[in-house]
Amino acid sequence: MANPTFTLIASNTVGSGGVASVTFSSIPATYTDLMLKGSARNNSTYPFGYVQFNGSSSNFQRINLDNNGGTPASYSASDNLLFATTQSVTTANTFNSFDVYIPNYTSSNYKSFSVDSVTENNDATAAILDILGANLWSNTSAITSVSFYPSSSNFAQYSTFSLYGISNS
Amino acid sequence: MAAGATYVPIATQTASGSVSSITFSSIPQTYTDLVLIINAGNLTGDSGAELRVGNGSIDTGTTLSWTYMQGDGSSAGSGRATNINYTYAGRSNTNFAGIGIVHLMNYSNTNVYKTIISKAESPTARVQVFVSTWRSTSAIDIFRVSDPSYNFTAGSTFTLYGIAAA
Repeated sequence: MANPTFTLIASNTVGSGGVASVTFSSIPATYTDLMLKGSARNNSTYPFGYVQFNGSSSNFQRINLDNNGGTPASYSASDNLLFATTQSVTTANTFNSFDVYIPNYTSSNYKSFSVDSVTENNDATAAILDILGANLWSNTSAITSVSFYPSSSNFAQYSTFSLYGISNS
Repeated sequence: MAAGATYVPIATQTASGSVSSITFSSIPQTYTDLVLIINAGNLTGDSGAELRVGNGSIDTGTTLSWTYMQGDGSSAGSGRATNINYTYAGRSNTNFAGIGIVHLMNYSNTNVYKTIISKAESPTARVQVFVSTWRSTSAIDIFRVSDPSYNFTAGSTFTLYGIAAA
């Protein structure tokens, strides 16, 4: 029987005062796929998180299926927006949850990746946003680093980010 | 197997040339759930990757049904199909811009009909989520992923993992 896989590569829990970005660098090329799991909150009123691969914010595309607590909608954009966070104006101690799955992150093809992002805060007046995302990075380089940063301000204390490697053998 | 081991790679197939389908057969019955990861390309454009399942052979009967929601970048929608012989596992597109993430729940449980949850994505065309039911209590030990419109290009990858509950 093949060996089990799904290995934690690195994890980051944000400390007091928050951070402007979180980076996983020197990602080993020994896995087949990457999975990122996180739970994030913004220290300010800006609700989005962005991603960079290898320090680049360019050549990203996405199509999202969104639910903002009202009518579902779909958007497309050529940017590196990844997920929605909870914000400082939403219920205290609430954080989003998100998964990012990146197959074949070392290949010389363009990189398609999948995003699930949810927020909920038990507050009918505060924004929530759930996202199912189909994303593409049109770059043939292997992914060796992944960074997250908020649209403004910092990720709040206790936000967590974890990177896993998945092997197909 | 070590205690608690899970998410075990069962098999991976990489298209070595242009192929219309990929089949996984003789799937071991020792796990609780299966996860299939697809990263598929073709030479033409956005296309759905169909999924057919079976026991011993692919079920050609109309024993599947599904409900889905989707976004195409401008509008959101949903729909369903009943008494049909396929569902969707993922999507393919040029530049390998096609992904499928498929969960086959309780695939070896002979007491229940099977639930399949699949996320089908093409970042330049659409994002979809399907929930499907195979109306059979037979274990799933074979399935096929096919592209009826365009062939999968060389380098398309299909990897099957086993998830053990205990």
